[in-house]
Amino acid sequence: MAKTLAEKVWDAHVVRKGDGEGANAQPDLLYIDLHLVHEVTSPQAFEGLRLAGRQLRRPDLTIATEDHNTPTLDIDKPIADLTSRTQIQTLRNNCQEFGVRLHSLGDAEQGIVHVVGPQLGLTQPGMTVVCGDSHTSTHGAFGALAMGIGTSEVEHVMATQTLSLKPFKTMAINVEGTLRPGVSAKDIILAVIAKIGTGGGQGYVLEYRGSAIRALSMEARMTICNMSIEAGARAGMVAPDQTTYDYMYGRPHAPQGAEWDAAVEYWNTLLTDEDATFDVEVDLDADTLEPFVTWGTNPGQGVSLSSKVPSPEDFGDENAKAAAERALSYMGLAAGTPMKEIRVDTVFLGSCTNSRMEDLRAAADIIRGRQKDPNVRMLVVPGSARVRLEAEAEGLDKVFTDFGAEWRFAGCSMCLGMNPDQLEPGERCASTSNRNFEGRQGKGGRTHLVSPVVAAATAVRGTLSSPSDLEPAQDSAAFRIDAA
Amino acid sequence: MEKFTTHTGIGVPLRQSNVDTDQIIPAVYLKRITRTGFEDALFAAWRKDPAFILNQEPFSAGSVLVAGPDFGTGSSREHAVWALKDYGFKTVLSSRFADIFRGNSGKQGLLAAELAQDDIELIWKELENAPGTPVTVDLVSKTVQCGNLVAPFEIDDYTRWRLLEGLDDIGLTLKHEEDITAFEATRPVFKPLTLPAKLS
Repeated sequence: MAKTLAEKVWDAHVVRKGDGEGANAQPDLLYIDLHLVHEVTSPQAFEGLRLAGRQLRRPDLTIATEDHNTPTLDIDKPIADLTSRTQIQTLRNNCQEFGVRLHSLGDAEQGIVHVVGPQLGLTQPGMTVVCGDSHTSTHGAFGALAMGIGTSEVEHVMATQTLSLKPFKTMAINVEGTLRPGVSAKDIILAVIAKIGTGGGQGYVLEYRGSAIRALSMEARMTICNMSIEAGARAGMVAPDQTTYDYMYGRPHAPQGAEWDAAVEYWNTLLTDEDATFDVEVDLDADTLEPFVTWGTNPGQGVSLSSKVPSPEDFGDENAKAAAERALSYMGLAAGTPMKEIRVDTVFLGSCTNSRMEDLRAAADIIRGRQKDPNVRMLVVPGSARVRLEAEAEGLDKVFTDFGAEWRFAGCSMCLGMNPDQLEPGERCASTSNRNFEGRQGKGGRTHLVSPVVAAATAVRGTLSSPSDLEPAQDSAAFRIDAA
Repeated sequence: MEKFTTHTGIGVPLRQSNVDTDQIIPAVYLKRITRTGFEDALFAAWRKDPAFILNQEPFSAGSVLVAGPDFGTGSSREHAVWALKDYGFKTVLSSRFADIFRGNSGKQGLLAAELAQDDIELIWKELENAPGTPVTVDLVSKTVQCGNLVAPFEIDDYTRWRLLEGLDDIGLTLKHEEDITAFEATRPVFKPLTLPAKLS
């Protein structure tokens, strides 16, 4: 029978098929190839193991890092927040006790768990990857079935290396065409979420397909898969291809020699069969896509940057109307205001969505030779210590600090403000992260989700801006685009 | 896990869609390493507003949350379920739940019952017109009763069975340990191991 990519990966991991058929079917027991662990969602799971006298079944398929709580300044000093310090110390103790490999703050491989896995070559096509973090969908960019799980499931994976799951439905997101300059992967996924809604993907695995997806780098594909959860889907995938293999080749945990050849042969079989059918198909035109930005308090409340803040009256559904009213009030926005007239206080470049080398390079290309708006503060937080080192080797840190931005150490940082990097009440932020929920970046903070180049252009002008709004600067990408 | 068969309690109408897990429990409360004691964290930001539904009587003593569509979107934090349970909620009614939240609820004995939005609207009206009206959620018959309304709800059979029996997931899976071991023996050698650690 013809199968989709998701179905192939699923079927290859069924330890035990659930009894029964159709709606009455019990869940399948799926084997998990890689379990990523961090300090926030693991302490209660380790404690559960201890209380039940259970072992961690496969420490050699488990890896931990510290990311959510870690400070991005003064990382050589003890963590000032005592509860954060305790949580980090608890992870260290648990990893020691259960034999889990841990990359701690200060280690060259520490960083956001979804940046670390791919970077080490541990994320590979055809694998099942889980983590107690909803943005585990990121790893789907490699053609892995990767999903976020709750703490009870974390404990279940620790004890059994499996998960009980009911099969998902499948949804194809077809993105055809060519992105225009200044439009990026982030704009694709924000447009997808605006189109299908924050609940549109519930119960589905998304597969991103089409010429525009094939043309994307691995890091751009990770940005897209990362935000599948914002469309309600636990997992999003891209079929592996030469771009995937080129990215992986030579990474520390990538197979080598004959094993590499065997792996590639297998990975090539994972493509969705030509005659396979998806439960749902959604089309998006890349040619006409513009830079996208959110105006509200859920990631589905987004528009083109060149348009205006919508009015609650624009929404037919009563619940959507009420949600829009509430969002505009929280965001302090008036319907009809051009998005580009909205002034921000802070620009955050970082998070598991957009904190990799390409993101930093793209932003640096916009700001090189410019000065930031004096009323804006800009935080640049690399996704991992390794990314930070690579960026410094390219001199990107200098570009950011010359511009007036703060160059920080790696972690989740202001994406969710579990560390000191938070917005003040009422403060408005253009953020390359993934969630614009009320209070997400700090109590009372107001978030507009944007791409790295929009974040950079916004830091220059002080208002939400696309790179094409910038006056040419001698040394910038915007100048080169205009001059071409 | 505690068994769930039927529950009757004060219904709390939360007329809002997309109640995300950052609203149910803000990230600052996730630094704790315990599994209980999260009642103060539930809807922490909203509870500072005296007009919020849980700050009004008799709703503060509610145990059946009746919410808008797309409840529990966002992060995978199971703390959202712990906070609802620690506060005293036994069940949440909504026309649509986020997948991860729904899964987490089932693991912790919090019943996530999916009703038609029309029925949710009728329950909201009843609870607003007659605050304190008890709501009965019966997992055996898969129905909700509020005033004169009796409405069916959906829940997958496996989760229903586990809730009715109060079964521990890990214990169930470990009955199949031989299958797991057999599967592991077929794992291709090219698949990565995290140990021993290889570094760049």
